[in-house]
Amino acid sequence: MQEVAYRIRRHAIEMIYGAKSGHPGGSLSIAEILSVLYFKEMRVDPKNPSWPERDRLVLSKGHASASLYAALALKGYFPVDELMTFRKINSRLQGHPYISTPGVEITTGSLGQGLSNAVGIALAGAIDRKDYRVYAIISDGECEEGSTWESALFASSHHLSNLTVFVDFNGLQLDGKLLLDLSRIDDMWRAFGWNVIEIDGHDVDQIIGAIEAAKRETGRPTAVIARTVKGKGVSYMENNDHYHGNPPENEDKFRTAIAELQAKIDELDDKIRSLGGSPIEVS
Amino acid sequence: MSVQSVKMNALRDAFGSELAKIGGLNKNIVVLDADTSSSTRSGLFGKAYPERFFDAGLIEVSMMGIAAGLASSGKKVFVAGFASFMSGMVYNTVRQSICYPNLDVNIVATHAGITVGEDGATHQMLEDLGIMAGLPNMKVVAPADAPETARVIDAVANDRGPFYVRLSREKVADVTEGYDFKLGRGLVMREGGDIALISTGILLGETLEAADKLKKDGISATVVDMASVKPIDADLIVKVAKQTGLVMTVEEHSIYNGLGSRVAEVLSERQPTPLKRHGIYDVFGESGTAQELLKKYKLNSDGIAEVARDFVEAMRK
Repeated sequence: MQEVAYRIRRHAIEMIYGAKSGHPGGSLSIAEILSVLYFKEMRVDPKNPSWPERDRLVLSKGHASASLYAALALKGYFPVDELMTFRKINSRLQGHPYISTPGVEITTGSLGQGLSNAVGIALAGAIDRKDYRVYAIISDGECEEGSTWESALFASSHHLSNLTVFVDFNGLQLDGKLLLDLSRIDDMWRAFGWNVIEIDGHDVDQIIGAIEAAKRETGRPTAVIARTVKGKGVSYMENNDHYHGNPPENEDKFRTAIAELQAKIDELDDKIRSLGGSPIEVS
Repeated sequence: MSVQSVKMNALRDAFGSELAKIGGLNKNIVVLDADTSSSTRSGLFGKAYPERFFDAGLIEVSMMGIAAGLASSGKKVFVAGFASFMSGMVYNTVRQSICYPNLDVNIVATHAGITVGEDGATHQMLEDLGIMAGLPNMKVVAPADAPETARVIDAVANDRGPFYVRLSREKVADVTEGYDFKLGRGLVMREGGDIALISTGILLGETLEAADKLKKDGISATVVDMASVKPIDADLIVKVAKQTGLVMTVEEHSIYNGLGSRVAEVLSERQPTPLKRHGIYDVFGESGTAQELLKKYKLNSDGIAEVARDFVEAMRK
């Protein structure tokens, strides 16, 4: 799972550098969450993206689209080669997720809307008594949006326990450190009637544990506060708000980023082999 | 026909009963409202099908996103509320979550226009036709009376959203009984040779009465009901412009970006014709009874006739 997360990161950086635009920081911080969801937890069929029984993910922080597309390609929704069309003319891989891309559930980008979309999808599941699960990944910055809290209150009032939200708490937004006081983020979600779990968002075992706990929860939705590092995996991007929305500036910086990520992939592959396994089949 | 014998009905009542009727036929319909269900009449559906009705609370912005999530999961969704809060307030969510992914969400906005009356400018939505018609994929309809409202809701139920249906609060005379509604088609209610009066929404009845008054002054008017604002019936606009040589639009909406602007676009591209856009002249509304306000803003039959008469006379000079 960790190894897949680093593959997602490497693709995301290649895509963003290829497009000369995109959002590396927040794409890198959610790689483990995406990896666990697509390669361990979610019941999906990449050959049948609209399978009615599938689990659903809404990437509310749509600017992290590069990592979502990488995860979808690695899972087999579309060819990995297509990733390099990201943000280019006539591509299916729009700057922010668009509904017609295989595996993308709904359009996101303007922040604070994705949670409401996920709530609607969860509500449809409840009306139809389906057992699919709905996940949303929102940013910490999105917890400044009023609509996030409208949706949170609706979800708990309607007991949508089929809904799990990951708050990617990397502590930075476009203009730098979080602009509003979100130090009591856990209490805020708790006050809105949610089951709250705090984890290290880069620890795959903790992510799996949180999802399993959320599945056992009845009567209320679960918010997983995932403590993450913006720019995780590329040393010069980590905790650096400059890389919220800027690609590597030059070939050297790009190569450094790829070298660091590839070294981590190789290290994790060796570890898997030394434990008698083989690196996960991803495409 | 004397005024007393005309049936008066509210469009929202027709909406509520039609939706409740359709709800029995189509189990896939889900309805949302934001604490206005007794006023919008969506509550009639809620009473009949509580398991598919959600009075969401005062969360208009998120309600649109929730509607999108329901629609992306295969539901046919109706969202009801007051026009002020179903257009400007929620614009960005309607844009990104509903129109961009082209989802089957159908907004029924009641209490539009100046005839909201006593509540005043905050609740008198006069800009919504423009706000909504500017969105790709969005279809915009403003029926004239209760019978047309029922037909429009029926058409929306059998079509695929997104739709924005604009209704008003007041009871108005049933004037479209016996007609059909077809998206993108206007209705010729009366034919005349001197001017074409094109109205959208509930001012059709006043416009028809205005045509009667104009007749006494020797001006014969064509009257068109243009409920379908987007797509608009461009061919019919061109046709009546050719027949009369003068066009006037009537709406309880700003003269900017509403019916008047749409008709101006059609005429200037296809049939340049002198045009008078009559409506609200770039101001906010105010408190008063609906009738007082219609009189003050020259949107009752006397006012419409006066504006039309002045326009015809000015053009004859």
